[in-house]
Amino acid sequence: MPFDELNKRIIYFDNAATSWPKPAAMIAAMINYNELIGGSPGRSGHRSSLDAGRIILEAREALAGLFGCGDSLRIAFTKNATEALNIALSGILNPGDHVITSAMEHNSVMRPLRYLEAQGVKLSVVPCSADGILDPEDVRAAIRPRTRMLVVTHASNVTGTIQPIAALGKIARDHGILFCVDTAQTAGALPINVDEMAIDLLAFSGHKSLFGPQGTGGLYVREGLEKGLRPLMTGGTGSRSEFEGQPDFMPDKYESGTPNTIGLAGLEAGVRFVLAEGVEAIRNKEEGLTTRFLAGLAVLPGITVYGPPAAASRTAVVSFNIAGVSPSAAALELDEHFGILCRPGLHCAPAAHRTIGTFPQGTIRFGFGYFNKDEEIDLALEAIRSLAGCGTDK
Amino acid sequence: MEEQRYVVFLFPSVSYALKAEKILKAAGIAHKLIPVPRHISSDCGVCLRATEDKQQDLERELQGKVAWDKIVSL
Repeated sequence: MPFDELNKRIIYFDNAATSWPKPAAMIAAMINYNELIGGSPGRSGHRSSLDAGRIILEAREALAGLFGCGDSLRIAFTKNATEALNIALSGILNPGDHVITSAMEHNSVMRPLRYLEAQGVKLSVVPCSADGILDPEDVRAAIRPRTRMLVVTHASNVTGTIQPIAALGKIARDHGILFCVDTAQTAGALPINVDEMAIDLLAFSGHKSLFGPQGTGGLYVREGLEKGLRPLMTGGTGSRSEFEGQPDFMPDKYESGTPNTIGLAGLEAGVRFVLAEGVEAIRNKEEGLTTRFLAGLAVLPGITVYGPPAAASRTAVVSFNIAGVSPSAAALELDEHFGILCRPGLHCAPAAHRTIGTFPQGTIRFGFGYFNKDEEIDLALEAIRSLAGCGTDK
Repeated sequence: MEEQRYVVFLFPSVSYALKAEKILKAAGIAHKLIPVPRHISSDCGVCLRATEDKQQDLERELQGKVAWDKIVSL
């Protein structure tokens, strides 16, 4: 099997960018759609169109189950978490509004906010600890009379640092502020409940821990918020075709144009895989891998690890540096000589790297996934040991 | 023999109609998705048809779970 041979050669530690491999059922679902269905959902009404629509509904239902939101129609699909965040931020914030975020954000949050800031939105970036933790009390202190929204990442894509989402949600709710959460790194990897965490807007990525294909993501919108949430795009939705005005209801308001049905077929299968395995089991496996790796790194000379010391306080993401070796040189060596695939540099998150003190050189980032094995961690530790040993030559 | 009379439930979009279909399938209530009849609406979507005697069962089952726009007798 060529796939197995590939697996033998490659140690894939870039799951924080996109997960790989994917469950067999995800690939089968995408082939099934193309071979046997093929219709355009919500556009016609014949059996193929309806079957395509049913696939998308099932994807919504699976995600609603995962996020604990009662009504699956509260979830609009987008092409990625970035698009979902752009809808949430630019759809609500107006000049004069104040928005609070953390100093650990990915550019998927920071760039839309800086763009809005240039148009007159007031922005507060609350500093975090050197481990990347946001103190809810610091957020409370940043609240102003015109604060409209708190937007934070559930977990950092650089250090894996898990933020105290429930505590932050409570502060936002108590002050009548909208709470928007970027779950790109956590949906499928950590338990999420939009009610218990008081989340108003939740952006997710489909192709990371939800095991869908790239080109899938979405936005959960709390009931009633869509009335004041502008769409990023308008156009055909298959609904209300006799009117030239954009539908004002979920999810159609944010789903103009033919959707990525084949991608959502894969996403549904990916989310069903997560639900069948169980988020707890996935979390336990990934935390175990992370613990093993952190313990192994701790006894190697010349290694600096960033983020919280305990694996329980982070996702399966570890950023580190090897003394005397640049992150990019290390990543190249790891790829070419050891078959270990990771991501060096700034990870689209300059604010986070400033927070942990690694700007502008960045770090080497390992992002473990559910399909990684203990043996792969051990092989990687041996590889890092050999790189660290010859660090002065680099 | 009396002719069977039907009603149709019209939804905001096909996503709602398909959610209703899923709920009714689970509840074992007979229904059928059909294209919206031209004389009811110029919308190009689908609606959910059931026999008139099932209307209240449908309403009870869908209430609070999926919103519909209106119910029209055929």
